[in-house]
Amino acid sequence: MGAFHSRHVENYIHDLAEKTGFSVEQVEILHRRFKQLSRDEDTLQPEHLYSIPDLEFNPIRTQIVAAFFDKRNFDKYSPQGTVQEIGFEQFLTVMSHFRPLKLRMTEEQREQLRLEKLQFLFNMYDLDNDGKISLEEYRQVVYELLSKNPKIGNESASIADAAMLEAARTCMGQMEPDQVYEGITFQDFLKVCYSLFVSQASLGFSNEDLFVKMNGFNP
Amino acid sequence: MPVRDLVRTTLNLIRFQPRCEHLLLLVFALGTVLPLGVDGSGPSAENHESNVTHVKKPFPVLSFDYRHVRLPFEIALWILLASLMKLACNKATLALSLASPCSHRDTRIPSSFDTGSMLYQIPSSFNTINPVYGVMGSTACNKATLALSLASPCSHRDTRIPSSFDTGSMLYQIPSSFNTINPVYGVMGSTGFHLIPRLSNIVPESCLLIVVGLLVGGLIRMVGEDPPVLGSDVFFLCLLPPIILDAGYFLPIRAFSENTGTILMFAVIGTLWNSFFMGGMLYAVCQIPGTGLENVGLLPSLLFGSIISAVDPVAVLAVFEEIHINELLHILVFGESLLNDAVTVVLYHLFEEYAGVGSVTFMDVLLGIICFFVVSLGGVFMGILYGLIAAFTSRFTSHTRVIEPLFVFLYSYMAYLSAEVFHLSGIMALIACGAVTRPYVEANISHKSHTTIKYFLKMWSSVSETLIFVFLGVSTVAGPHQWNWTFVGCTLLFCLVSRVLGVIGLTSIINKFRIVKLTTKDQFIIAYGGLRGAIAFSLGFLLDKHHFPMRDMFLTAIITVIFFTVFVQGMTIRPLVELLAVKKKQETKRSINEEIHTQFLDHLLTGIEDVCGHYGHHHWKDKLNRFNKKYIKKCLIAGERSKEPQLIAFYHKMEMKQAIELVESGGIPKIPSAVSTVSMQNIKPKRALPQLSKGKEEEIRNILRSNLQRTRQRLRSYNRHTLVADPYEDAWNQMLIRRQKARQLEKRMTNYLTVPANHPDSPTMTRSRLSSDPRGYSLKLNSGNVPAIVVDPASSPSPESVKLLDESSKPGEEDEGIVMRAKLPDSSRTDENVFSPGKDSPKVQCLVRCLSDPGPPPEEDKDDEYQSFLN
Repeated sequence: MGAFHSRHVENYIHDLAEKTGFSVEQVEILHRRFKQLSRDEDTLQPEHLYSIPDLEFNPIRTQIVAAFFDKRNFDKYSPQGTVQEIGFEQFLTVMSHFRPLKLRMTEEQREQLRLEKLQFLFNMYDLDNDGKISLEEYRQVVYELLSKNPKIGNESASIADAAMLEAARTCMGQMEPDQVYEGITFQDFLKVCYSLFVSQASLGFSNEDLFVKMNGFNP
Repeated sequence: MPVRDLVRTTLNLIRFQPRCEHLLLLVFALGTVLPLGVDGSGPSAENHESNVTHVKKPFPVLSFDYRHVRLPFEIALWILLASLMKLACNKATLALSLASPCSHRDTRIPSSFDTGSMLYQIPSSFNTINPVYGVMGSTACNKATLALSLASPCSHRDTRIPSSFDTGSMLYQIPSSFNTINPVYGVMGSTGFHLIPRLSNIVPESCLLIVVGLLVGGLIRMVGEDPPVLGSDVFFLCLLPPIILDAGYFLPIRAFSENTGTILMFAVIGTLWNSFFMGGMLYAVCQIPGTGLENVGLLPSLLFGSIISAVDPVAVLAVFEEIHINELLHILVFGESLLNDAVTVVLYHLFEEYAGVGSVTFMDVLLGIICFFVVSLGGVFMGILYGLIAAFTSRFTSHTRVIEPLFVFLYSYMAYLSAEVFHLSGIMALIACGAVTRPYVEANISHKSHTTIKYFLKMWSSVSETLIFVFLGVSTVAGPHQWNWTFVGCTLLFCLVSRVLGVIGLTSIINKFRIVKLTTKDQFIIAYGGLRGAIAFSLGFLLDKHHFPMRDMFLTAIITVIFFTVFVQGMTIRPLVELLAVKKKQETKRSINEEIHTQFLDHLLTGIEDVCGHYGHHHWKDKLNRFNKKYIKKCLIAGERSKEPQLIAFYHKMEMKQAIELVESGGIPKIPSAVSTVSMQNIKPKRALPQLSKGKEEEIRNILRSNLQRTRQRLRSYNRHTLVADPYEDAWNQMLIRRQKARQLEKRMTNYLTVPANHPDSPTMTRSRLSSDPRGYSLKLNSGNVPAIVVDPASSPSPESVKLLDESSKPGEEDEGIVMRAKLPDSSRTDENVFSPGKDSPKVQCLVRCLSDPGPPPEEDKDDEYQSFLN
């Protein structure tokens, strides 16, 4: 890229790389992709993502696209809400949730990163940002998961219900008779998914070139 | 003349029903082509003529060697053809009876029975098959049942109950070259050592079985007869396939595919390294003058190295299943032991051929490498091919449920044999076949057939395993030994050294690519878990004495290594695992939450990959999935189930499982279709109850189960063709699901057996139940129509349940109703000692049991239960 790069751009990329944890090459690759997706604009809009042909068959397409425009994913402390368009920096920030754990990280850093990843995942379920996955939200997710199927009927709702009940049972243990389980909190989420991410963590080879991996949920 | 009859029947059927004629003709054509080879030579005409020429083949390793698999292959083929025929006939007659509305429904069973039974007779018209089944079956079975009747009364209740079934059927497979006494001892051993729980805690099963084998061998020696040796044919054709099929069918696909790289690394490069290191070092040792080993050349020592270096799946399974190590380590070692078969096959045949010829050129090495790919991929291809055929066949079995499980076994066995014919890797064929078949077959066949498959596989594999280890022991006593201290000592030493070096070296490479590193502990366990077993022994046994005069010495060394690994390593691995605190396997019962999250994550990762335009692991997985869904499933899975998404299928499966658990634990359908979608927001689970210990729960469940089954048997008439009458099955399933939903709210139903879950007077409970769903009782009445429900009152002394059932009991269910009423006073007594569980309840339990079930005499079990409750 060298010739076209002014010092300014180089610095910018360097900053981004430092901030998001990607390498400079990876940032450049992603930048090219960003330009390609946004058709050489500076900002990316949902329609751009929706027009990716491969994404068309993805049952949770709306959720994925929404995650890119969700303010919570840009900054930990930002308020909830969505934006209409994102710049490259935000795009990179969202992407950074998917980078693999580095080999030379300390255990605390890894743990931190894992929590961030899980928080990201949790946010995708928790649409109204109240810190709980309510039954409605859960049903929505299951519905989306099954949405590529012509005839689901009530099945998705009952699956979500069963899952919710199961979560309530594992998290709350024994409840008082008049107690009400409102939704899965982030702590519950960790508890429910614990064993899942243990097995996810035992994934085999990770391709260094392919930085889009969310594995490494080693508790 | 059965053949003429066959033709006539076939023609008749074709005339009636033109649609099935293709299938019939195909089957028939196949059938007429194949038997021609059979009549000439019986099974006794062994392949002893060793006319091995010492000319190098143009392409090493591969060959066409039909003779030694012919007998089992043809038996399998005949059974397969017969059942296919039955399938076709059944379809035809069914269509016939549907086509002509005036014909009786009942006609279809006799007519299909006719053709079926006639078909069964065909194989027996050939003299090759008849003697093996007839003679062996009767004698061996007699002995086995005798032994069992001796052994079983004192054996544990829960450990080996199905083994009475095991032995009988398994013994059919043992050819008459074996002394029929031995398997009997083996069985006695396997049931017997469960008597000594403390011993089996320390010593793994495999060790004990070998010891039993040694003792039996010694006994036979003392009597003055020659103990039998574990023949290679028997081992490879009869004993090994069930174990491998079991492993392949239940292979944890996800864990396996996620670690494929590591496993392949260990299996291929590790095994290569081991065999060349072993071979080279042994050759070097043999060159030292004065050891008496000067006649061992380079190629024989390499051959020996390739035999001894492969980790054995049977031994690994036997030991690792007992120590419950975490899944990653288990799949690494076990996967290695499975996949290294291709390497072993190639190396073995290569070195065997080259040792015969005596010279190796560069070309040969190159061809050897190509061979490896041909052997492994060919084996996998063979397995996939048969797997797909099996899946396709299972699509049409919905009318003949009884023979469904047979297809899985037959096709995979044929895959194994076909691979063996071409000297491809049979083990890989079996694994591929099992793994491919499973998802489709599971969707096609009925739940019961699935259970049958599961049990049969487990049963066969456990019996084979037992027999293998016992025969290993017997063969040790029998075999001609040639003990050479230097050779045996060096073999053992190099075995350990090469394994340790190989694992350390490979992990240092692998760890560069792994997210989750293999720690030093993991490496140690992987190295230490590299057990050698009967495959090595059988391969060594196969060697030709003319070409390898040192065969006896090889065998001795192999046996020593096997004994060392199985005894020393197998016995110490458990304490070592505990000492090192290696992560153990958690109870991984997959929850529906996890399933949802896994799917969500998969789609998410694929989606992100699409967004950033990089294709990785997930992209290809996704593509494959889509292809599978779009084309393959449509062809292979019958009806609308092919469109069922994975999540829903999973949900149904889980529902089914829980329903069965509930029924087994004697749940009562008192809470209606509970997960009513409206009231979910305010779930009100039950208050905490004193939990029963696992053991007691299990015991209770056992009692209930035996009750339940007997009662159920009384309700249904026996039918050879359909396991359960169809209208019943549906109603039964309906009720199972309803009960499962009841369980969702009711939590642990088993509790109320000793401690009533809901005291009838408890006001909160009653209120919450009544308010949560008012339709409760009406639904109850509904489900009362199902005949199977009468099981419950007999098995549950919960006061409340009895009360409820009393309200809803119908005049229709008379005999059960009497039982229930007779029991009422008892249950009210349980009511009183709510807070002293375990003291009086067993009595009540037994009493209830006697009342409800006139079958078994109450005295014999009473003590048992009493004890287990008090303990």
